[in-house]
Parts: sequence; structure tokens; C-alpha cells
Amino acid sequence: MSEFRRSRRRIGAFFNKRPLDAELAAEMAAHLEMAIEENLQRGMSREEARRQALVRFGGIPQAAEKQREARGLMNLEILLQDMKFTLRSLAREPGFTLVAVLILALGIGANVAVFSVVNTLLLRPLPFRDSQQLVRIVEKDPKAGESTKTYTADATQDFQQQNRSFQSVSGYFAFTGPNNFKLSGNGQPVPATGMLVAEGFFETLGVEPAAGRLFRAGEFVHHAQPAALLSYPFWKRQFGGDPGIVGRTVDLSDKVDLNNKSVIVAGVLPETFDFGAVFSPGAKVDLFVPYIMDDFRDDGNDLALIGRLKPGMSIAQAQNEANLLFPQFYFEHKHPEYGKGYTAQLTGLKEYVSGKLRRSLLVLWCAVGLILLIVCVNLSNLLLARAAARRREFAMRSALGARLGRIVRQLLTESLALAMAGALLGLGLAWAILAYLAHQGSLALPLLNRVRIDEAALAWTLLIAVGAAVLVGLAPALRMSDRNLQEALKDSGHGTTEGRSHDRMRSILVITEIALACVLLVGAGLLLRSFLRVLEVDLGFEPSRAAAVSVDYDDGGNVAKRAAIWQEVVDRASTIPGVEAAGISDNLPMSRNRSWGIAAKGAQKLTEKDFLGVFVYIVSPGYLKAMGMRLTAGRDIGWDDVVNNRNVVIINETVARKLWPGQSPIGRTAIAGGAASEVIGVIADVRESSVEDDSGAQMYLPSTKQFAPEGSYLVVRSKLPPGALATSVMKTLREINPGQSASEFMPVQGLVDHATSPRRFFVLLVTTFAALGMLLAALGIYGVISYSVTQRTREIGVRMALGANAGDVQRLVLARTLRLAAIGIAAGSIFSFAVAKAIASLLFATQPSDPLAYGAMVALIGTAALLAGFIPAWRASRVNPTEALRSS
Amino acid sequence: MGGSKIDLLQGTLDLMVLQTLAVMGSQHGYGIARRIEQVSGNEVLLNQGTIYASLVRLEQRGWIESNWGMSGNNRKAKFYSITEAGRLQLIEDARYWERLTGVMDRVLAMGTGGDPA
Repeated sequence: MSEFRRSRRRIGAFFNKRPLDAELAAEMAAHLEMAIEENLQRGMSREEARRQALVRFGGIPQAAEKQREARGLMNLEILLQDMKFTLRSLAREPGFTLVAVLILALGIGANVAVFSVVNTLLLRPLPFRDSQQLVRIVEKDPKAGESTKTYTADATQDFQQQNRSFQSVSGYFAFTGPNNFKLSGNGQPVPATGMLVAEGFFETLGVEPAAGRLFRAGEFVHHAQPAALLSYPFWKRQFGGDPGIVGRTVDLSDKVDLNNKSVIVAGVLPETFDFGAVFSPGAKVDLFVPYIMDDFRDDGNDLALIGRLKPGMSIAQAQNEANLLFPQFYFEHKHPEYGKGYTAQLTGLKEYVSGKLRRSLLVLWCAVGLILLIVCVNLSNLLLARAAARRREFAMRSALGARLGRIVRQLLTESLALAMAGALLGLGLAWAILAYLAHQGSLALPLLNRVRIDEAALAWTLLIAVGAAVLVGLAPALRMSDRNLQEALKDSGHGTTEGRSHDRMRSILVITEIALACVLLVGAGLLLRSFLRVLEVDLGFEPSRAAAVSVDYDDGGNVAKRAAIWQEVVDRASTIPGVEAAGISDNLPMSRNRSWGIAAKGAQKLTEKDFLGVFVYIVSPGYLKAMGMRLTAGRDIGWDDVVNNRNVVIINETVARKLWPGQSPIGRTAIAGGAASEVIGVIADVRESSVEDDSGAQMYLPSTKQFAPEGSYLVVRSKLPPGALATSVMKTLREINPGQSASEFMPVQGLVDHATSPRRFFVLLVTTFAALGMLLAALGIYGVISYSVTQRTREIGVRMALGANAGDVQRLVLARTLRLAAIGIAAGSIFSFAVAKAIASLLFATQPSDPLAYGAMVALIGTAALLAGFIPAWRASRVNPTEALRSS
Repeated sequence: MGGSKIDLLQGTLDLMVLQTLAVMGSQHGYGIARRIEQVSGNEVLLNQGTIYASLVRLEQRGWIESNWGMSGNNRKAKFYSITEAGRLQLIEDARYWERLTGVMDRVLAMGTGGDPA
């Protein structure tokens, strides 16, 4: 109780220093007066009485200090004093302060930015209620893309009804392409991306509407009144955020079945819900419509499933149940002969979304940590040099009674002040980086829209700033404590050089810096090599100079009319000046995917096992040429195939190899998409879903009665940059169909870039960090060499007086530089190799021991060291011997 | 030790001040210091100034309180007096001190027992 009262009063005393000091002074003055008076009464002389009183009192300032110590918060007072002193001394050296704060801001800013990304993607829960209950359900061996990760409507309903582990199970239509809808009504029709979601999708996720309501059960049945939910950004953009839109109807046409519908706007989803960010990184979804099971029963696997576990249910328990249930599910109830037997792999939604990125992110985190370490070492070196220059100041203070602890404390306060200033500036930097990142919609990383500086990031900033302050201040403080300060006072500054041990410490710091930079450079080199290898991958098509645009048309469901429209579009597009080739496909590579079965028709009756899952593209003649795909055998589809409704198919080499090993497939009959079709051509494999995965099986079918396209993209190949054609192509399309919406003109290269964007992102960051690390290392080398040249001016003067020429002196300095660099590189190489092995799984067609990466690292660091050493060397060679000898 | 003065143990000065105030009633710093010197027969090494750290500690704990007033020869001085909490604390501290000296007496008497093992 009394201690609590005392702390309260001590805090009070801390803020009342001035009046309390005055009171104490008055009290002590009265004390002395009384003592003097008593002494006078004893018969002492006035002078003696005063002297005796003072002796008995024993040092007024000491007594006052002791009282203050007992009274207030001494530590805090000292801190404030040190702070004041620090700010004054830093302000005296603005150059040093600016450099130090900037370097720290770079290091801390980069760290905070990366931490925020890591925090959002790996550490923070998903932005859904009780998100740990959310589970993604996929087939166990997803080898052929989305189709095998999904389930049919019947299997989904069976699982919904029979499971005991989930509160609810729902899903979305996995094969939605961008701009699959057209919204008309006010002015020019706009393309919109609509996602079909099964009943209970938002309820499962725990998403509440921002306005209006979610879908009703009655909207998931055949011939229900069509309804839609708007995404928040689309509502803002398209309807100006008008709340009155809820309950009204809009005209929405589906590009697949081309039905124009009046759709009621049921509600608006909250701003925090971004479907793309979680389920399809980089994609934007404008609106949601019900996935009506009855409409999709015979369409095969197309639902991507999610579920919310019952409270207390573990994923392992649910997995056990799923292992029992899924093998029993039929593909289609109506056709039990199609077979049964699914598998299911349950993964926490969070793990599913960001699990693949974990390794890359951790590497990024380590890289940025290395940068901060280099920054600290660099700054430590700068402070060490500064502390050396201030030796006499510290010696003076120590002679005046400052204890060693107090001086060390002063040094740490300085580094803390620098680190805090750096942290503040760094936060600003991180904020700018993140604001930029959050708007990189084309970057295929999940949850990017949610990345921001939150409390965790602020705490992290504080932690690394304090950590940096200690690291930076440690070396100078240690130096200070093992130096006999009195020695420093004695030496009058006449030409005495720094102690050898001091030099060694700075050299060790620089070597550390170089070694760390080596690790960053090798890591960046390996990742860069991997990235270049990825870009070199033969995609099977030529993305440059090709562009795609979504085409609207209305064929009224008539196959012949569709063929005529397609032909008109392709023919007219081909005649646009600059266009080399044009063609239509209902699907683009690296975009959504969809698979059907293909089998070689033989004597026996085919079973499910004979079918190979293949990616399907319904294309027009000319499409292969427009995409730059290569026919290795046979011919392209012709317009007469289309007009005559001939079932023909072009397969890729993978399919040819699997169905007719060692034989020519041309002219053979395949069962493709349920129809006997003649194989007319074989094309080189195309990377259909990702640049880095192997090509899967693919087939290309004409748009006929049998094979209905889902949407349509016109692809044009040109001699010019694709952007130059945008206007003329759009004009042509609008001439053919005035209802053509203002679709985006997409360079096909953009699709590839989007697919490689995560790797590009990591490479860009790691390379930036490596460049920064190298720059800092060079700065460190420069600092040390330049300092040692200044220190040795006299020695150099003597050497020159004794006949050394400018070249000798330069060689001397450069040799020292290179020695430092060589030791750093040697240490760094060993370290790098260990690190390279650890990141081997992130590399693509690149060995961890890739000689080019190491060679480049040695060359870069060597060059940087030479450059950093050259300026001091040149300065040393211009030392005037007479002046050097005289000046000291 | 011989003629040298006794160094004050940590905390003993606070106890001396409390006891002095309990006996003398209201008193200023100089008076307290003089009284301790007299009672100790000048055996204690006391810089009079250190009394002020002790006074502020005791006051902040609420064991003594202070007021400015006039000394006997009409001088303005700060007078301290013990509070009720201070008296209780004094009893407790004195008891602790007695126990400690009792233990110290027994420990020091042990040597004369003559059992070297």
C-alpha cells in the first residue's frame, strides 16, 4: 500500500521537478543557517562556523541529487537528459544523421511491408467469421486441373445430405470465365463477371449483405425469378453506390446461353468480401447469381466445394467421414452406368489459399531480415567511427564524474533515437509500398487487398526498431567499455593512430556485411535464373503480338446462324490492316479450364476407365494460327467442317502419345465430348493452366451442333503491338453487332504475365533487396577504407617521402579493400550454398549450385568493392608528403 | 575498527528518523540530524544532508508529514511529524530490528562455545 502510494508520488514528483527543487533548496538553506547560528553561539568565528556547518552537511549538490533520486524517477530523468543531448549532437551532424536515418528507414520500411504481407497471408485468419472452421474439399489427386478438383451437382447434394461433420456445405461454379455476363440498360452494355454460387454459399462463409438480403432458397430452383447479388466495388462503380438499386431489376444477359433476363438485385455484398482475393487471386468478380442444381445435373464436375465444420469437429474427423462417404457417390443419379467413386481431400481454407506461398513468403521474410541486419552492421560501423572521433568528449565526461554505465547509456540512447526516426520514416515507406501493392489487381496473389499496416505490424515495427537500436549501439558501447578512457585524455591527438583492435572490429563488421550481401545476391541470382527459365518455357503458343477480346453476338440458339456469325467475325477481323491471323475460341490458355473425356474408338465397348480427361477448346478455323500454335501433323479445322456439322478433333501430342502410342493418330476415330470424331490434326503441347506445370492433355473441337461453345473470344495476331489494333477491332465488332459490349482488349501476353506474376513479384523483391544489400556493403567498404586512409595520412606521407609513387599507394589501399572483399566473399559463399540448398524447392530448372549465380555474385561484389575502394585510394595517392608530415 | 565511525546500514537511517520524530514530536531536518548525532554520541558517520533523502522517502510512503513553520529563533523551516501509519510502521520496524540484533547476538556468541568442528 505504502509502496503504491510512493510510486504515485514519485511520478507526481517527476512532473513537479522545479517547485520541489526550489523547496528543497530553501529547506537546506534554512538547515545551514541554523547550523551556522548554533556554531556562532558556541563561539566560533563567522567563517569557521560556516565552514563547519558545510562540512557536517557534506556536499549540497550530492545531498540534493540523493533526495531527487529518492523522490522522483531518476531513470526517466536521465533518459530525457540523454535524449536532449542526443538530439543536439545529432543536429550538429546533419549529414551523418540523414544518412543513418535513411538507411534505417529503408531497412525497417522493407521489413514492415514484407511483414504485413506475411501477416495477412500466413499469420492472420481469413476475413470470415470463425474462419478456422472453413474447409476446402477437393479430389485427392488433382492432376488434370479444376475439373477433377470439382464435383457434380448430384455428388454435392449426396454429401450435403449424408455428412455429419459439417454445419453446411456449399460451393461455386469453378469454370466461370471473365466477363461472362453483359449488363445492359443504361447506355452502352457493360461486360461483367458473374460467379454462380450454390445455395448457402455466403451463409457457409458467414458473409452478411451490406444492403438487401442474400439469396432465398426459392431462387435456387428451376425457372425461379432470377436474382443477383452485387459485389461492393461493382455496386459503387456501376450504380454509384445507390442503395435504391436493391429490389429493382436489371437486364443481364448470359454470354453462354445468351438469354436476356430481367434480374432482380437482391442485395449488395460487404466491402470486406472479395471473392477473387480468396478463391481466385487476381480475378475480380462483379456479381453473383444462383447455381441452380437442376440446370447442371448432366454437366459433369463443376462445383468447387467449401464447408463449415461443426464446432469442435476437427478436420481429421471430417476427413475420416469423407473417406467413407465419397467413394459411394455416383457421378449422376440419372446415369448410374457412368459409375461412382469420388475421393475428397479436406484442407483448411486458409491453408488451401496461402499454403503454397508459405515457402516463398518465408524466404522473402528472411531476405528482408538480412537487409535489416546489413543495415545495422553498416550503421554500427558508422557509429563506431563516430565514437572513435568522440573519444575525447567521452573521456572528458568521465573525468567530470560520469560513470561508464552512463556513457554507454548515452550511446544506446543515440542509436535508439536514430532507430525511432528510421522506424517512423520506414512506416511511411511501408505504407506507400502496401498502398501500391494493394492496387496491383493483376498480381495473382491471394488476399492482397487485405494487406495493410495493422497493430501487429506496428508492434513488429517497434520490435525491430528497438532490436536494431541495440544491435547498432552495441559495438560502440562495447568499445567504450573496454577502453581506458583516461588514456584518451592523455593522448593529445597528435598523429596517434587508432588501436589495432579497433580497426579489426570495423573490418570484421564489413566482412560480415559483405558475406550477408553475398547470400542475398546468390539467392536473388538463383531466383532470377529460375524466373528466366520460366519465361523461356516453350508455351506451345506465342503470346506476344496476340490479343483477345470477348465477342458478343445473338444467334438465338441456332447453330447455323452461330457458324455464320463466327465466320463473319473472323473474316472481317482478318482483313483489318495489320492483322495476320484471326480466330475464335471459347476459352483461352492460362485462363479458366474445363475438361471432357476423350478415348480411342476400338472394337470393345468403352468404359469410364478408357477416357482421358482433356482440356477442351471449342474453336473456329484460324484460331490455332492466331495463337501461334504449331500443327505437327494433319490440318486445321475448316469452315466446311463447321458448316457441314462434321465432328472432327485436333489433339495435342500428349493425347496422341497416350491414345495411339507409336502410331499416327491422323484419320483415326476418337470419342470426344461424347461424339465419334475424326482426328484431323496434332499440335505441339500447350501449357494450358500454368507456365510451370507440365502440359496436360488437350483437344480442339469445331463449334457444331454437338460441341457448343461457352462464350467466345476473338484472338487476333498482328504485326503491330496488339494495343494498336484495339480501336479498329472494336469498331469492326460493333459494326457486326451494335450490342457488342465495351470489352477489354487483352494482350495474350497479359494472361501469361498474370500466371507468372507471383514468381515475378518474388524475384523483383528479392533482387531489389540484393541490390540494396550490395549498395550497403559497398558503402560499408567505402567507410572503412576511407577512414583508414584518413587515419594513415602520416604513414602514407612517410611512404611517399621515402619514394613510393601514387601507383604504389593506390595499390596498397586497393589491396586492403580486396582482401576484405575476398574474406567476405569466401565466408558468404559457404553461407550462400547452405541457403541455396534450403530454397531449392523454389527454384525452377536451376541447380542450387548454379555456377552462373555464384560467378555473378563474385563479380558484382568484387566490382562494388573495387569501386568503393577506388575513391579513397585515389585520395590517398594525392596526399602531399610534406603537408602530411607537417600537419600532424 | 577502532576510532572510525559506524557506517549506516541500509534503511537504518529511516528507522532513526521515525523514532526521533516519535519521541520529539514535530521537528525540522536540522533538529532531527542534530538529535541523531547527539544520541549516537557522535559515533555514527552521518552527512547531515543525507537526511533529506530519508525524509522524502518516509513522507512519500505516508509515514511522516510536513508543514512549513517558524523555528524557535523565528526562522522559516519545514517541520516534520510522524503520522499514525508511521507509528505502526515504527513498531513493526523496531520489532524486526530487535529480532535481527537478537539473532546477531546469538550468532556472534557461538564462537565462544569452543566447538571448532
